[in-house]
Amino acid sequence: MRWPSFHRSLAGKPVAVILLEQSFDPAELLNAQQAQIDAAAGEGSYGALATFVGTMRDSNEGDAVVAMRLEHYPEMTEQQLQKIIDTASQRWPLIDALIAHRVGEIVPGDPIVLTAVWSKHRAAAFDACRYLMEALKTDATFWKKETLADNSERWVERNTPGYS
Amino acid sequence: MSIKVKFFATLRESLDIDQVDVDAAKAPTVADAWHAATAGAVMPDHVLCALNLEHVPPETAVSDGDEVAFFPPVTGG
Repeated sequence: MRWPSFHRSLAGKPVAVILLEQSFDPAELLNAQQAQIDAAAGEGSYGALATFVGTMRDSNEGDAVVAMRLEHYPEMTEQQLQKIIDTASQRWPLIDALIAHRVGEIVPGDPIVLTAVWSKHRAAAFDACRYLMEALKTDATFWKKETLADNSERWVERNTPGYS
Repeated sequence: MSIKVKFFATLRESLDIDQVDVDAAKAPTVADAWHAATAGAVMPDHVLCALNLEHVPPETAVSDGDEVAFFPPVTGG
């Protein structure tokens, strides 16, 4: 793979945390991960895949946003994301999980984050995928700095609620 | 005998400190490491703390060789 990845074993199968400095295609990452699952466990090992993709909006707090820079604390980010996957794998019967997250410069429309969970049945996939995303929002050490239309910059101060 | 102290995002910019080593004897806790690294600046209420890559409260004890970090609420995802 051309991106840096950090694999650990979940019941002997691939589990990945991927931090990317360049734009990514969520479908490409999902396909690559599924190829690894199939190679490790055989085709048909899972019956459910739940995914979430967060993308960059062109506005925030009523202002047009033209770009954003994602800063992070590299070692801690990796450790916290791995811990989130470990916790999910203890709470739900997962076959595999993937978290991919952008860092660096991004523009509206770019994917920022991908969370994906493979399991035998939909309940674990839906619930664990939601857990990965919400835990990432509170524990993973990323910070967003927006560039507005007039070229001024501002830090995003808080996340929006995850539940409607 | 030192502790590595890192600052991120708004804190890194407002304090103008990316990373600094402080004397372990002056930083028995995470909060003390803040004061030693910032020359006594008041820690804002919203600041989050980490010790060796784990989230911790500011009163957590620190040992020689540890890495302490301070940052605002996270906004990833």
